[in-house]
Amino acid sequence: MAVRIVSFALLIAAWSVGSQLAGQRMLPDPQAVALMMFEEARSGALAFNLGATLARVAVAFVLAMVVGSIIGLVMGRYRIADRFGDPWLVVLLNLPALVIIVLAYVWAGLTETAAIAAVALNKLPIAAVTVREGARALDRGLDDMAQVFRMSAWTRMRHVVLPQLAPYLAAAARSGLSLVWKIVLIVELLGRPNGVGFEIGVAFQLFDVTKILTYALAFTAVMLVIETFVVQPLERHASRWRPRTA
Amino acid sequence: MPPAGDLGRLEVDVKHKSFAAASGGKLHVLQGLVLSLGGGEVGALVGPSGCGKTTLLRIIAGLDRDYEGSIGLPDHGRLGVVFQEPRLLPWRTLEQNVRLAAPEASDATLIALFRALGLEAHRHLFPGELSLGLARRAALARAFAIEPDLLLLDEPFVSLDDALAARLRDELAELVTRRPVTTLLVTHNVDEAIGLANRLFFLSDSPTRVVAEVPIARPRERRTPEELAALRAEIARKLGQT
Repeated sequence: MAVRIVSFALLIAAWSVGSQLAGQRMLPDPQAVALMMFEEARSGALAFNLGATLARVAVAFVLAMVVGSIIGLVMGRYRIADRFGDPWLVVLLNLPALVIIVLAYVWAGLTETAAIAAVALNKLPIAAVTVREGARALDRGLDDMAQVFRMSAWTRMRHVVLPQLAPYLAAAARSGLSLVWKIVLIVELLGRPNGVGFEIGVAFQLFDVTKILTYALAFTAVMLVIETFVVQPLERHASRWRPRTA
Repeated sequence: MPPAGDLGRLEVDVKHKSFAAASGGKLHVLQGLVLSLGGGEVGALVGPSGCGKTTLLRIIAGLDRDYEGSIGLPDHGRLGVVFQEPRLLPWRTLEQNVRLAAPEASDATLIALFRALGLEAHRHLFPGELSLGLARRAALARAFAIEPDLLLLDEPFVSLDDALAARLRDELAELVTRRPVTTLLVTHNVDEAIGLANRLFFLSDSPTRVVAEVPIARPRERRTPEELAALRAEIARKLGQT
């Protein structure tokens, strides 16, 4: 813990020094950013924009994880589905995020649906590929066991398959969350009238580095809180059966 | 012979079973393998390793349907299987493992089972925290908890030390005596087979079939060394005839 605090303090100090060297206009000092954050928080703009972005992140993330995991599971278990779906995955994986976003806006208009679909579509193939690896590694012995004891489909999913996929789901979720929120900002920049991405876009046009840093840091802080208080406890719960490593 | 209309009867008639070999050809594993067990009887399949005993069990358990022939399971056909490895879910406790396989089992049944197998103190441990002996007991508890109509055991005591294997064998014998169930046990250990079964089936090398069937009049009884020697001699004679 002490090491973390020292590391964090050094980061702030380096920022201050950098700000002295580069000038307030290029890199405002930490106090200026803190002040702006306070102002934006008091006016309610910060909460409103963070909320809008967070809602988009949540919907797109859940959508991509659920659909991607189902596709991955089916492709990992059935060879014919794998053969059929693989070219689609390769195309989606290699399509730049920007292309998907622009096409979504062109085809569906500058709507919320288009924005969320574009983000989800960017994340989905990565979730599918990760979960497919997990599904390929499923233990056949446990499958046989579940079959001879005539476990219900629900029991098999909940107690036999999902625990085996948990590390893969966790990996997909963790990389997915950071990817999704970065793409959400681009989507907002290009075609939404609110959210962190929109605010950063406006600040960019005005060359307002203080505002850019304010929103970027505020949202990073939110994601850090989610990681610490949601993702990590979930992981600990899912791996409680593993013998502790020193 | 058991009476006609025996509800617990197991009839196995595998005319042919083969696997595609990696080199292209076919591997003939089972050929004309016929055996039957009366309700509540314990049969032991004894044969050299690699002769397809596990394959046969998989066919009977319905895990492998790619064969010629037919299997007649006991009525209701509820299966309890003890695999060669315990095959417990590592992320569920011992008790949860048993309950997931046997959701209808009453608390009283489970408590009695855990007590009979000496598992009471270990109910809340995860399989990774159990010794192999305990994990095997857990697998036995799971198979008995569902109150099966047919019990299949695939070398359930392999890779345990002799004393532990003997103790587990006694516990199994007691469970089977308490609640008779048609049982088929795979082993390569003749003493283990004599100690548990009413009927021994000796298998040939692959393609495997039954070469001799030896009924045992008084199964699961303490025997003098002379009686055991006589049984072994009889088995040797029967095997010699084929």
